[in-house]
Amino acid sequence: MTGPAVHCGYCGVDLAARDHSACAVRLRVLDPPRFCSACARRMVVQVTPAGWTATCSRHGEITSAR
Amino acid sequence: MTAAPEQVDVLGVAREQVLERGVGLSEEQVLEVLRLPDDRIPELLELAHRVRVRWCGPEVEVEGIVSLKTGGCPEDCHFCSQSGQFPSPVRSAWLDVPGLVRAARQTADTGATEFCIVAAVRGPDKRLLSQVRDGIKAIRDDGNDIQIACSLGMLTQEQVDELVAMGVHRYNHNLETARSHFPQVVTTHSWEERRDTLRMVREAGMEVCCGGIIGMGETLAQRAEFAGQLASLEPDEVPLNFLIPNPGTPYENFPVVAGPEALRVVGAFRLALPRTILRFAGGRELTFGDLGAKRGMLGGINAIIVGNYLTNLGRPAQDDLDMLQELAMPIKELGRSL
Repeated sequence: MTGPAVHCGYCGVDLAARDHSACAVRLRVLDPPRFCSACARRMVVQVTPAGWTATCSRHGEITSAR
Repeated sequence: MTAAPEQVDVLGVAREQVLERGVGLSEEQVLEVLRLPDDRIPELLELAHRVRVRWCGPEVEVEGIVSLKTGGCPEDCHFCSQSGQFPSPVRSAWLDVPGLVRAARQTADTGATEFCIVAAVRGPDKRLLSQVRDGIKAIRDDGNDIQIACSLGMLTQEQVDELVAMGVHRYNHNLETARSHFPQVVTTHSWEERRDTLRMVREAGMEVCCGGIIGMGETLAQRAEFAGQLASLEPDEVPLNFLIPNPGTPYENFPVVAGPEALRVVGAFRLALPRTILRFAGGRELTFGDLGAKRGMLGGINAIIVGNYLTNLGRPAQDDLDMLQELAMPIKELGRSL
């Protein structure tokens, strides 16, 4: 993954544009990221029993820590 | 002057009817349970737990699930982030066979005995069935003998027979909600079409897994109606989900089901279905948190999905396994039935 994180991975909105604390909770507890944090493109996400991978067509793949 | 009719306590009735005789509560009785005040929830859960131990035994069935085909579904199930009809952020994805084998291995490594392959479709086409067939063969070639279930939407008789031939032992197809509420939840197919698939699955000898989602705007009476309709199907397993209001779906702003309300549902459904595998499925993390999940496990639940769900994340599998150990609940082993 390349590029600085400027967009919310949950809602895709600019991180500086509003409060994303609710988004952060969803990302911590319930959801993998759906939007690329560098360009806000919707990512192709595959959830598996033990993790997830999320792929942006421009910025590549990220995976869960677990 | 005539004496006022004596008030009959539904939990007292359930003790004799369900615990002693194994006869599930009727729709009307379930509604009474769902209307019990909060201070009677501990009593309800204690009874439901005794019922499950008496009629199902002490073991807990552990399952993992994976999405083989994600998103882009033509149906309009209002709770689902995978419908192509809503502006959900979920994009279409296919899991390849090596990915499926890895997911099955991850599931088996937790001690789970069930692995459910799920696709977001109206019903399977030839490509999807071919992928399932190849996937099951590859899982077996990997030395993994976990029991395989599928959830691929509505089936034809020919497709049912194909799945049986592949060795699929259980088929999931949720009725989702009460028949009277279903048209508010789904408009692209009917409750009856789903029931027809379940009938074919049962007649073909596969185990029937059929449950639904609580918190989609149904009334308490409709929850009781749903419990009664599930009981009349005599399913082998009922997965109990609590709505996760996912962004982009028509239900994105629906409230999360409150913990006490959800616990009443768990207890009531166990009393309606004394011999059925009652599985904690999606939404329990949001509704109950860690503490409530334990109360549910001690309130009639005897199966869980561990790890992540299809598009949402669950608790790490180890957390649930630790919880079962702490509760001294043995995990069902392969080859045993509950």
